[in-house]
Amino acid sequence: MLEKLKKIIQFYEEVLSLPHRTEVARELREEEDVFFLLLFSEMVGIPNPAYYYTLELYPYMIEKFHDWHLRMGMEKSPLSGIRCC
Amino acid sequence: MSAIIVALLGFFVFLLGYRYYSKFIAEKIYKLDPNYVTPAHQYNDGVDYVPTNKFVLWGHHFTSVAGAAPILGPAIALYWGWLPAFLWVILGTVFAAGVHDFGTLVLSVRHKGQSVGTIADRLIGRSGKLLFLFIILILVLMVNAVFAWVIANLFISYPSSVFPVLLQIPLAIAIGYMVYKRKTKMLVPSLIVLAIMYIAAIASAQFEFLQIDLVKYMGGEEGEGLFGLGVVSTAFFIWIIFLMVYSYIASILPVWKLLQPRDFINSHQLVVGLAILYLGLFFTNPELTAPIVNENPDRSWLPLLFITVACGAISGFHGLVSSGTSAKQLDKETDARFVGYFGAVGEGLLALVSILTVATFFSNTDAFFATYASYNDANAAGLNTFVEGASVLAGGLGIPSSIAITIVSIIVVSFAATTLDTSVRLMRYIISELGTEYKIPTLSKTHVATSIAVLSSAALVLLPEGPKGFGSGGYLIWPLFGTSNQLLAGISLMLISIWLKRLGRNYAFTLIPMIFLLFMTMYAMFQQVFFQWAAWGTNTNMLLFVLGAIIFAFALWIAITAFRMLTKKYGDPIDQNKAM
Repeated sequence: MLEKLKKIIQFYEEVLSLPHRTEVARELREEEDVFFLLLFSEMVGIPNPAYYYTLELYPYMIEKFHDWHLRMGMEKSPLSGIRCC
Repeated sequence: MSAIIVALLGFFVFLLGYRYYSKFIAEKIYKLDPNYVTPAHQYNDGVDYVPTNKFVLWGHHFTSVAGAAPILGPAIALYWGWLPAFLWVILGTVFAAGVHDFGTLVLSVRHKGQSVGTIADRLIGRSGKLLFLFIILILVLMVNAVFAWVIANLFISYPSSVFPVLLQIPLAIAIGYMVYKRKTKMLVPSLIVLAIMYIAAIASAQFEFLQIDLVKYMGGEEGEGLFGLGVVSTAFFIWIIFLMVYSYIASILPVWKLLQPRDFINSHQLVVGLAILYLGLFFTNPELTAPIVNENPDRSWLPLLFITVACGAISGFHGLVSSGTSAKQLDKETDARFVGYFGAVGEGLLALVSILTVATFFSNTDAFFATYASYNDANAAGLNTFVEGASVLAGGLGIPSSIAITIVSIIVVSFAATTLDTSVRLMRYIISELGTEYKIPTLSKTHVATSIAVLSSAALVLLPEGPKGFGSGGYLIWPLFGTSNQLLAGISLMLISIWLKRLGRNYAFTLIPMIFLLFMTMYAMFQQVFFQWAAWGTNTNMLLFVLGAIIFAFALWIAITAFRMLTKKYGDPIDQNKAM
């Protein structure tokens, strides 16, 4: 009986947190998108003094960079230096 | 007749509808494929596209679509007796709403989880998209006006509900902060807030000084209001301005700050409300005192019944939730039947309990006719009758009447406020999008779009003159709200039919409800606009005449588009496994 009640409460909480989870994920993704824009700002014509150093992040971000340029509406990698696809 | 028998009969038909009709639609018409890779899997990004358990998704879908509208419409439609409203809710849910909600979900799943608006653009072209945008614009405008009136009316009729509702706002902001910034779980905090609100409700039902009663402050109904208006009219004016300022702020805040935390609390309220009503019904076993059929109505049920009850029988708004949100989270295509069809059934259950609540409230048939003397009286009195009827049912559970009235009105106000908040936000987006479509960049600015949304809604709700002066006549907009909601459902059903036709399938099961809806809405608008509201009509009202004529024109536009698209010759059927 107690087990069932626990399950019901868990289900209810999951229903409640569905939109909440989406919103948290969206906020995080937006932060990430801004971060990426900072890193690759030269690409859109904003001079970026940190550009040179960001190259060190290359191996860590190649996959994320791929998802990002897809979300930004570019099918192929816009930078010849980054060959994710 | 016992209300329990009618409730059980309703459940039984819903069950049959889900068990057999939705199964038939799923297998023979929509041909759901358990192996189809849904957008949630194909585009899984952890944000919008996430495969979700079907019961959880249903719970979320249901709480998103259920609101104050399926309560209010049936409460008004009881004017024609309980049987017509009951039949329309039951049959509408089974044959129209279920197929529509289920269909928009499947349509969207087969189109990368896109919204109905984008799909209209693909299937019909730019004119389809514009048609869609305009209909939603009209719908949200009506929603803003009607729900602002609903809240103002409840605040004035039941002043004890004001304090707990106002208290909800800072508490919701606090929860939003805790959940999103402090990463606390939301179940316990939101339940605590609900408890605080209900304690405040009990307190304000007991102590008069906690009741914010504008009418009393101005010296009662006979006193003098501002600007030469009557007292009640002034009270409506103040509350509506207050609500519009609130919606302006609420709709430009990020959703996690106010809208979502309010939703958490309101989900609990939906459960509380349904539990109070159905348990009250089963504990007290009341008799239906409203007439089965009103034999001498001043306005015929045909076609008005079908625009008076929109949500609860069929509602176009559900298509927006199905296609924009739920379609992106569907784990398996076969889950669409449960989420979509059963979501509509959930709303039907809410409408059913609203019918039974009002139909059992009166001591006898004469008392019923004293309140529901004419169609206009029914429009004005439906909401308050529901609140009082619900408090009688709650009384069966041992809750004192004054507290029950306060809690029920808080529940209805909370639903209406969330709808208002969402719909002002939606209106802002649509105005921006129309600005982009017609290359008027000023319209796309947040504050410009929000100001237009809020000012036009305020004007619309303040203009109609009710028996107690300007502002008190917002209920006159109700039939227009129902009509635009039905038209939106009509467009979605048209899109599903076009899609089925292009797949070479039988589209009669979506086409028939579409024709029915278009016919009824056009019939109703024609009758209202040309015989009632026009300068030569019996109830001349220029405002309603203009709005009704615009809606009628749009209905005509949809009918012509549907005829053109559905008689068009298409080449070979497209492959259903290829997303278009």
